[in-house]
Amino acid sequence: MPTGVDAYWLRLGTTMLMYGVLAMSWNFIGGMAGYPSFASAAFFGLGAYAGAVAQKYGLPMVVAWSLAGAVAALFAAALGFALLRLRGHYFAIASLVVAEVLREIVNSATNLTGGGMGLNIPVPQMASIADQARFFYYAMLGVAVLAFGAVLVTQRSRLGFGLRCIQQNESAADMLGVNTTLYKVNAFILSGVFVGVAGAVYASWVHYIEPPDVFDVLYSIKPIVMVLLGGAGTLFGPLIGAALFLSLEELVWRNYLSVHTGVLGLLIVLLVLFLPKGILAFRLRRT
Amino acid sequence: MLTFQILANGLVLGGLYACIASGFSLVWGVLNVINILHGSIIVLGGYLAFFAHAKLGIHPFLSILVAAPLFYAAGYVLQRTLINRMIAAPVLLTLSLTFGLDLMAQNGMLLAFTADFRTLIIEPPLGVLALGPVVIPIDRLLAMLLALALTGLLYLLLSRSRIGRAVVAVRMDREAAALMGVSVKRIYAVTFGLGAMMAGVSGTLLAMIYPISPLTGTVYLGKAFVVCVLGGLGSVPGAMVGGIALGIVESFGALWFGPENAATLSFLLLIVVLLVKPTGLLGRKGYE
Repeated sequence: MPTGVDAYWLRLGTTMLMYGVLAMSWNFIGGMAGYPSFASAAFFGLGAYAGAVAQKYGLPMVVAWSLAGAVAALFAAALGFALLRLRGHYFAIASLVVAEVLREIVNSATNLTGGGMGLNIPVPQMASIADQARFFYYAMLGVAVLAFGAVLVTQRSRLGFGLRCIQQNESAADMLGVNTTLYKVNAFILSGVFVGVAGAVYASWVHYIEPPDVFDVLYSIKPIVMVLLGGAGTLFGPLIGAALFLSLEELVWRNYLSVHTGVLGLLIVLLVLFLPKGILAFRLRRT
Repeated sequence: MLTFQILANGLVLGGLYACIASGFSLVWGVLNVINILHGSIIVLGGYLAFFAHAKLGIHPFLSILVAAPLFYAAGYVLQRTLINRMIAAPVLLTLSLTFGLDLMAQNGMLLAFTADFRTLIIEPPLGVLALGPVVIPIDRLLAMLLALALTGLLYLLLSRSRIGRAVVAVRMDREAAALMGVSVKRIYAVTFGLGAMMAGVSGTLLAMIYPISPLTGTVYLGKAFVVCVLGGLGSVPGAMVGGIALGIVESFGALWFGPENAATLSFLLLIVVLLVKPTGLLGRKGYE
């Protein structure tokens, strides 16, 4: 597709794929296991910085991206063992502050990360700007395909079944021999790894990152809104939600920049009040 | 000697934190709703004090008398119209609802007041109180004492008044309270109103000390989280203990690890306490 397509659509397509990765990833922990995680921003920022710092020290781009995924996965595993013992509000809050802590740490580790001055990422040597844009489109597409593959495999596997059990009744699942801790940690790792890679690709794509940009709390909120829009725990729901969300973002509020977050807030409120089960559920109920 | 000064700073800060968190903790404990909007209500309280002082020359301490009923009414109505519809929904949905409202509030304040930082300056300055080597600015001391007094009033309201006992009853056992003739719906609205009132009032106090800007609410919200978890949910004494503990930890943390790491330290503390003692320092739900 992306030959002869203009730069705007290419950028939009790359963003769409990135949102898709964020939404599909959140679906592992939030949709399947039913844990209200607000940690996406933490994984995204961590991946972005891991990839950027690795490239700063001369690692090739694709190696740096893989490294970012590994860092995010390890971090998710360690964090999961600690935080997934909490439930409900407590888990939500604890996962929410992780991004804040990471942002502060990145902010003060000036030698490694540039701190508040941000970090420049070397621009890849390519024939033209358009080639670069295409390259990052395909890179993000690759991450999205990997994430979708992981969703497919998980849904058909023991893990997916166990996660759905945990969502319905965790104590009962535990009683019946589901290793709940292991399953939840696995879901958390899956929700972190692709977001970490997407963060690293994003960093290379925009060439410059700073802590408030990549640890923005909206990276935790947007995936939740997308999944809620599309329907939690479903296969295509997160992707549909991401597409809908991006369309709204582009059609409605890019024209009204000063009320951008306000309209996003309104969308969340309306969504929660009137469509808490998502668009797909709405269609099913009608027929 | 430095230790005493840091301790005094921590206590002053802690008193304000207690006031910030008491309303948040009450709403969380009674309604089981995390009110993300809390931070923005604090900032709104700050703006109220700022404009009352700038335009009408009203001292921030006096604008509390206006802020309290105003924010109580706003909170009551908000609960009755919006929050109550989602009261029994899963955590994610109630959290998202207040989050969406908060985004709207922040955006609204940005449009109405711009992103400028505003500072409320009281003339003439109140000066400082010197107790030997320990120096405390008097405006901060007064704000802290008032904050503690207001938190104490909330405690008295909950433990002595009829409506306060009903709030505590609903927190302990909603069904039993309903059977005893308590209108749970009304108590929810009253509680949310009280939470908004405490937020607005602490905002007017904070306006005397910190600059006001539309997005600073997030910082206060973070403090309220930590205090609630430290002290335990839904109890005013818990908020007091948690607030003062956080104030002291932050002051010494800033001394030992540098001020840029004080916030990180308090969030790490939050995570550790959540893992080790999720019911807070004062144990299970307090019954005042």
